[in-house]
Amino acid sequence: MQSTIQLDEVDKIIDGIGCEEKNIISILQGVQEHYRYLPKEVFPHIAKRLGVGEARLFSVATFYENFSLEPKGKFVIKVCDGTACHVRQSPPILARLRQELGLSETKKTTDDLMFTVETVSCLGACGLAPVITVNDHVHAEMTPDKASAILKKLKEDGEC
Amino acid sequence: MLKDRQELRAFREECVRAYNAYKRKILVCAGTGCVSSGSLNIYARLRELIEAKGIHCAVELEHEPESEGVALKKSGCHGFCERGPLVRIEPEGWLYTKVKVEDCEEIVEKTIVNGEHIERLAFQKNGEIYKTQEEIPFYKKQTRVVLEHCGHIDSLSVKEYLSQGGYSAFEKALFDMTPDEVIEEVSDSGLRGRGGGGFPAGRKWAQVKRQNAAQKYVVCNGDEGDPGAFMDRSIMEGDPHRMLEGMMIAGAACGATEGYIYVRAEYPLAVERLKTAIAQAKEIGLLGKNILGSGFDFELHINRGAGAFVCGEGSALTASIEGKRGMPRVKPPRTVEHGLFDSPTVLNNVETYANVPSIVLRGADWFKGIGVEKSPGTKAFAITGDIENTGLIEVPMGTTLREVIYDVGGGIRGGGKFKAVQIGGPSGGTLTEKDLDLPLDFDSVKKAGAMIGSGGLVVMNDKTCMVEVARFFMNFTQNESCGKCVPCREGTKRMLEILERIVAGNGEPGDIDLLLELAETISATALCGLGKSAASPVVSTIKNFREEYEAHINEKRCPAGVCQKLKRIEIQPDKCKGCSKCSRGCPVGAISGVIKSPFVIDQSKCIKCGACVTTCPFHAIEVK
Repeated sequence: MQSTIQLDEVDKIIDGIGCEEKNIISILQGVQEHYRYLPKEVFPHIAKRLGVGEARLFSVATFYENFSLEPKGKFVIKVCDGTACHVRQSPPILARLRQELGLSETKKTTDDLMFTVETVSCLGACGLAPVITVNDHVHAEMTPDKASAILKKLKEDGEC
Repeated sequence: MLKDRQELRAFREECVRAYNAYKRKILVCAGTGCVSSGSLNIYARLRELIEAKGIHCAVELEHEPESEGVALKKSGCHGFCERGPLVRIEPEGWLYTKVKVEDCEEIVEKTIVNGEHIERLAFQKNGEIYKTQEEIPFYKKQTRVVLEHCGHIDSLSVKEYLSQGGYSAFEKALFDMTPDEVIEEVSDSGLRGRGGGGFPAGRKWAQVKRQNAAQKYVVCNGDEGDPGAFMDRSIMEGDPHRMLEGMMIAGAACGATEGYIYVRAEYPLAVERLKTAIAQAKEIGLLGKNILGSGFDFELHINRGAGAFVCGEGSALTASIEGKRGMPRVKPPRTVEHGLFDSPTVLNNVETYANVPSIVLRGADWFKGIGVEKSPGTKAFAITGDIENTGLIEVPMGTTLREVIYDVGGGIRGGGKFKAVQIGGPSGGTLTEKDLDLPLDFDSVKKAGAMIGSGGLVVMNDKTCMVEVARFFMNFTQNESCGKCVPCREGTKRMLEILERIVAGNGEPGDIDLLLELAETISATALCGLGKSAASPVVSTIKNFREEYEAHINEKRCPAGVCQKLKRIEIQPDKCKGCSKCSRGCPVGAISGVIKSPFVIDQSKCIKCGACVTTCPFHAIEVK
């Protein structure tokens, strides 16, 4: 995690996308991709550049599920809980991941900022249900044991 | 850069020649499903092995093809995701399923070098071996219009799309037809919006064309949010140019010069492929200023969603493209009058646009020849859940549910018993055994109390608790409610609370009526489609499975044995040796007894955690 926020980095993102109000979502997505969350320090700066109120930015940042105002882990694990995955037993996979990492519905990220576990409504990979993604990489036909194995590999090798 | 129609035609001919240069083509599926099963490694390995044999391996259409060689391509989703990774062998049309990297050597050796079929990689069922893709039952009953190229061409190549006659419809619309004629053709075809409502696309286009405005927009709804639906994802990934062509035709017909594609954040591969496709179209001059010298300007942009189901609703989607909170607004005015940036806007979904090129090219009559009178054409469905062949299918409208589940889908997974199918996602309803012969078209499904929606079909077997399914959908809708209008924000919350207490065994008499009353109020008063249909799964499951609700409420029993809180954990006296291990492990002290005689669980104290079940060395504890 960056301890200080480089505003010129944020400027680069804004200029790359286009400094226009209609691009608020894309800009916030760009910032989040860079920092893995939306640091609160960036809001006054983006607001000033776009010529909008900070409240306008916060209204967008808090509306959409994908934006996080809290730092996320290095590995973001999304457990699909769409209908297809749900009927093919995704809840036990989620329970296992949370149990092994000491996380819960309210505590989504480990203290060492290594792992974030969240649910997603549908990844559209229903043919392979149940699925999880690790940093957008899809893992198919999961079981609690396979999920544990992935965690182990992520902890040991830093990849999977 | 193609300057006029002649140049486009010459270029297309060159692509056709290049496409036909190699008879032997190997298509490795590169849809999300097969990629996650490792298909890209298979592609890389095949390429390595082919080249090591000294055989020329063409990975793209070549300007000057060699006299001999093999074309190796990454294709879009074949649909048979369950059996992935899939590899298609042409010209024979063989399909290899569940291919592994270790199989590549044999494929190169036997199939590519010697032209032999590898039996063990073919799809087999009940002892029968299906060599070609087309004879597999899963594909046999399908009619592929929208998905015709998915799995057959390289999805990342505009040249391949052109080689299949791509952009001929756009060319025809630009040069041989007036905008009114294009709209008339689409109207005549009876094409109805594939995103859910089934509104006639042609009528929408005509309304936008009529508006007197300096700027108009074409918007594509790729925010396929219904859990269990992935038709649009597969089209965007597998044949992106087809959808772009549909949007370009809409732009030319309605007088719009800019288009936006809104894709949900969960589809990174679709975004990437669309970006590539747009860049390619721009490069050859099919997007930009004065396209092919026709005077028509058209630009396309991609907007990524940020995780809000409600953005699938028209006015919420346009608000989101404008960089605002994705909240629906009161209508009228409608999107065709005041849509994106307050301008007249054509808003259709991915599958609808993907139908347009074929309609323009082959005519309305051809389209009307498929499907049923009021719902012409085909419909793509994603079949998932407890079904043998999960995947993506396309069948004529009006195909019966039985044909879809048993003929195409191969029946219930593991030979289980069919209980219900959830159609139309969280806005739809359930169809049951009595509906098996229902034709799947917009009007028939609506009459049966469900809706086609975007086309997600989640099949459920008899081990599924319908009350729990209703709770699951209500939980989804409640989470996704944007909070703008009271009926949806508060109503879904109250309905969810009632459902939660029913599955927890705390249901009260009168809960069913209360649910139905809330449902009626929410449907009648909510602002947008999400709210209006939020209660549908509940109403529909009550209608079809009222006795299950009653069993939960009155007998505190879950007939399917799913609801955790309604489970009974019991010690079998004949198996229990009285070791007391379970009693010591019980976190709430619910188990008591005398050593060496059977122990008993106090059901009033038991929290059904199941700890005793796993600790018992004699497997004497059962969950009922």
